[in-house]
Amino acid sequence: MFGAALEDRHRKLSMIRVLLSLVWLVVTVGLAAAQDLQSVLQTHAEEVASPSRNSVSVVLDDLADLGSPQVSVFLEQWAERNIWQDDATSLFYIGAEDGDAIALTDLDSGEQSTAASDGYTQIRPNGGVRRVIGSALVQFQLTDPDPDRRRSALESIGRRADASQLPLLEASLEGEADPDIRARKVQLINFLIARFGEDTADRVVAIESLSSDTSVEARAVLSQILSTSTDVTDGEPSGNIARVLDSSSDPAAFYSELVEADLAPPLVSPGDIRAALEANIVDGRVGGVPIAQLGTDVLRVQAYAALAADGLVPPLVTQADVAATLSSFTFYEDYDEPDPTITDAARATLDTVETRVGLEQTVDLTLDGLSLASIYFLAAIGLAITFGQMGVINMAHGEFIMMGAYTGYVVQLFVPDYTISLMISLPLAFAVTFGAGVAMERLVIRHLYHRPLETLLATFGISIALQQIAKNIFGTQARPLTSPEWLGGALVISDVIQISYIRIAIFVLAIVFLCLLLFILKRTRLGLEVRAVTQNPGMAASMGINPDRINMMTFGLGSGIAGVAGVGIGLYAQVTSEMGANYIVQSFMTVVVGGVGSVFGTLAGAGLIGFLQKGIEWLNPSNTLAAQTYMILFIILFIQFRPKGIVAPKGRAAAD
Amino acid sequence: MSQTPPPRKSFIVRNPSVLYFLAALALFTVFVAVMSEATGTGLISTSFVKTLGKTLCFCLIAIAMDVVWGYCGILSLGHFAFFGIGGYAIGMWLMYARTELIVAQSLAGQVIPPTQQEVTDAIGKQIFGVVGSSDFPAIWMFADSLFMQLAIVVLVPGLLALVFGWLAFRSRVTGVYLSILTQAMTLALALYLFQNDSGLRGNNGLSGLQNIPGFADSGQDVISLVFFLASAAALALGYVVFAWITDSKLGNIIQAIRDDESRVRFLGYHVESYKLFVFTITAIVAGIAGALYYPQAGIINPAEVAPIASIYLAVWVAIGGRGRLYGAVIGAALVSLLSSWFTGGGAPDIDLGFYKIQWVDWWLVLLGVTFALVTLFAPKGIGGLFDKLVRKS
Repeated sequence: MFGAALEDRHRKLSMIRVLLSLVWLVVTVGLAAAQDLQSVLQTHAEEVASPSRNSVSVVLDDLADLGSPQVSVFLEQWAERNIWQDDATSLFYIGAEDGDAIALTDLDSGEQSTAASDGYTQIRPNGGVRRVIGSALVQFQLTDPDPDRRRSALESIGRRADASQLPLLEASLEGEADPDIRARKVQLINFLIARFGEDTADRVVAIESLSSDTSVEARAVLSQILSTSTDVTDGEPSGNIARVLDSSSDPAAFYSELVEADLAPPLVSPGDIRAALEANIVDGRVGGVPIAQLGTDVLRVQAYAALAADGLVPPLVTQADVAATLSSFTFYEDYDEPDPTITDAARATLDTVETRVGLEQTVDLTLDGLSLASIYFLAAIGLAITFGQMGVINMAHGEFIMMGAYTGYVVQLFVPDYTISLMISLPLAFAVTFGAGVAMERLVIRHLYHRPLETLLATFGISIALQQIAKNIFGTQARPLTSPEWLGGALVISDVIQISYIRIAIFVLAIVFLCLLLFILKRTRLGLEVRAVTQNPGMAASMGINPDRINMMTFGLGSGIAGVAGVGIGLYAQVTSEMGANYIVQSFMTVVVGGVGSVFGTLAGAGLIGFLQKGIEWLNPSNTLAAQTYMILFIILFIQFRPKGIVAPKGRAAAD
Repeated sequence: MSQTPPPRKSFIVRNPSVLYFLAALALFTVFVAVMSEATGTGLISTSFVKTLGKTLCFCLIAIAMDVVWGYCGILSLGHFAFFGIGGYAIGMWLMYARTELIVAQSLAGQVIPPTQQEVTDAIGKQIFGVVGSSDFPAIWMFADSLFMQLAIVVLVPGLLALVFGWLAFRSRVTGVYLSILTQAMTLALALYLFQNDSGLRGNNGLSGLQNIPGFADSGQDVISLVFFLASAAALALGYVVFAWITDSKLGNIIQAIRDDESRVRFLGYHVESYKLFVFTITAIVAGIAGALYYPQAGIINPAEVAPIASIYLAVWVAIGGRGRLYGAVIGAALVSLLSSWFTGGGAPDIDLGFYKIQWVDWWLVLLGVTFALVTLFAPKGIGGLFDKLVRKS
């Protein structure tokens, strides 16, 4: 189909024609020629040594006939200005200058030698020639036997497309065996037809076929077709008009455009007035006003007007003048593309695409929110147990997260296989922070069960100490916690929707924790005892439960989960001694907003905060700090209306 | 026949600590003034006078914290936000007025006198160039007036505390929830200030505050002493006011709220109003302390308002001893001076043979552990210890 379309196309540029024939020759003749590269070059020694845009095509023509694999190497080096000519023998070499010496590589045999650089002249093709060589190179590469070279050629076309590439691509399509590269070629041809095609109907078809493509590339193609430039006229606007602009919306900017186009006298700025006044001082006065009084704008304007009346300076342009001038001109944007059929089709297609992109962005935002929510959930779930179930404020919770992350880092130092080290560090982090939690409960918190505010203070003291100890051991710079290979990369659903595997893993980890915790609390003996002690420690004790032991276990469990969360968070963010402190306020917010004492509440809190933060970030994408500020303000207000959180405890449990 | 109660003894007799404190503060102030470089002896360096002056400001905010926490039972983790707001408010005037002088000087050389607009533009460029802007944000509206900025030092922390407190107390947010909420407020403020478009120069903060406009000729030795004396006077005044408030009937109710909020409410008192009063007035005092502190520190940036600062404030008061104003003063002075001694490299390192303890690194560990121990074993802090000694003798 593309071959047929090719036949119809006009061929204006002789260069394209030359290159096109090259392609056919390379494809059909192949490696049949027996001449070597150097001798071909010698027959055109003059054109190679000082190429011009017109003469270079002859050389390229013959080189294509040659078809040897060295040709594309030579062309690359030629364009890179790495070709040197021996002044005596006029032979060409690939050369690399090194001081006075020059390292030479023979073009055909690849033989290396060294010589003094005085006897050699560097060949320096100019920019125009290099572009021609570059285009020739692309078509050499498009049919190169090495698929990687073909891919890189396609990449460079994708980056910088122009009309001349269209016939080359179409020609190269025929011999393409690799299905992926072929598909990519077809796609690029489609883009190129949409932008540069000669036939309007073909272009419209190509443009409309882009309506299901949400890739950045396709959208770029459409917006390039729709590129506009601003024009001004004092009559009726003509051309393919995109829209007429309202010049009263921003008079200063529109007026300065008129000035640039020499259609209006320039405005006199306060700085100009000042300079003009300084230049026209006569006997300590300017335009009759004494210098000392020129400290106000009114008198300055008056003095300037006097100067203007004497014809010494250009007259002042007043606001009324600006308005009058602007009203006599029409500003409009017109498409660079003259054909309205094309721009209409492109506009309609772009609208469709953008609706789709909008939809996909919503999905992407939801996924982002979900993944942020699972991070908050992970960070807060341990607190949901210690704070939610036991009512213990543990300000060192963040430091337990940090300890877990550092455990993962240390394990990685000893176990180089990241998959195995992750398998080891998850349970080890649990064990380490479980131990730390139990120790802290025994030593500190046990004594403070009836003084919650002091628990806050004591655990805060421990938090300062732990943070500083971590800083002393591991230093202040961030330590990497490398994720295994299979967690690298992202799940790409479309150009808009993609989600990294680490975030998915964190999401899965959060779900696992949720289920595990619910299972422990609702289905095990320990869970039953925990709930009993939470509700009424005295009664629980008289039923034969040891509240001391249960409190210890509960606190250890909450801390251990914080440690495992630390490994998860460390994979996603960097491990520093302050990482815990960054999460502590948000974690408490999550628990408080969700409703103290409920796992589902914590889930709801994390969801609310995660989605809210992403939502605010989306409204104001340049500023994550502002998003956090607004989110905290929202939470403060939210607590006004639901002081007990989303899932408020009912009945006796609700009592303080 | 009703029996008239015995006449109440005078305020001073009931609160002997006020006299002792004022006497000690006066002695200390005179001592520092005599020893400072400004008056000739020079035994205390200018930078140390500044450190002492700053410490007095910390003592002032510490007694405010003591009133709100030790007397009223509200563990606010947000009072350093008010301190920072006070600092920013005075910093805006200091920076504006000083830049105005510099700009006026540089424009004076020109042939034609500058217009007001030119001066303002030049100042804006000078101040906001660092965040890529030159326009004055709306919050700098009053920056040219010392009087207005001084009013802001009092009004903004007061209003913020009033609104925040009203919202929080009205919905009966108490205990640890309130602490976390105040901490969130501080965090929100710090995050806001960190933005470049907050109008307060983002994380560059305000700088050059030690140069007082109009006093370029007086050296830093004199300026530091003046601020030291002003801080001492503010502390003395604050101490007397807070001692008087806590001693009054109002003070009794406040302490009753701390001990059993519900009971006070059932007795018919409007608990929220009392709490709101305490929260607001201490916020105002915190703002004033900040306004005195930052001209001595010379620079203010958003990190100063970070939640950790407010927690240190609680640490000072807890170590000093809650519910005693002098305890708060002792705690703030001791911990902040020790902290600058340890982190400034003043403390000798301890060589354990296998490991050398460098206090620059280990001071925070020591502080954290001490703080946990004090909370566990000496909930009344150093002040409590002090009380025991005085009662015994």
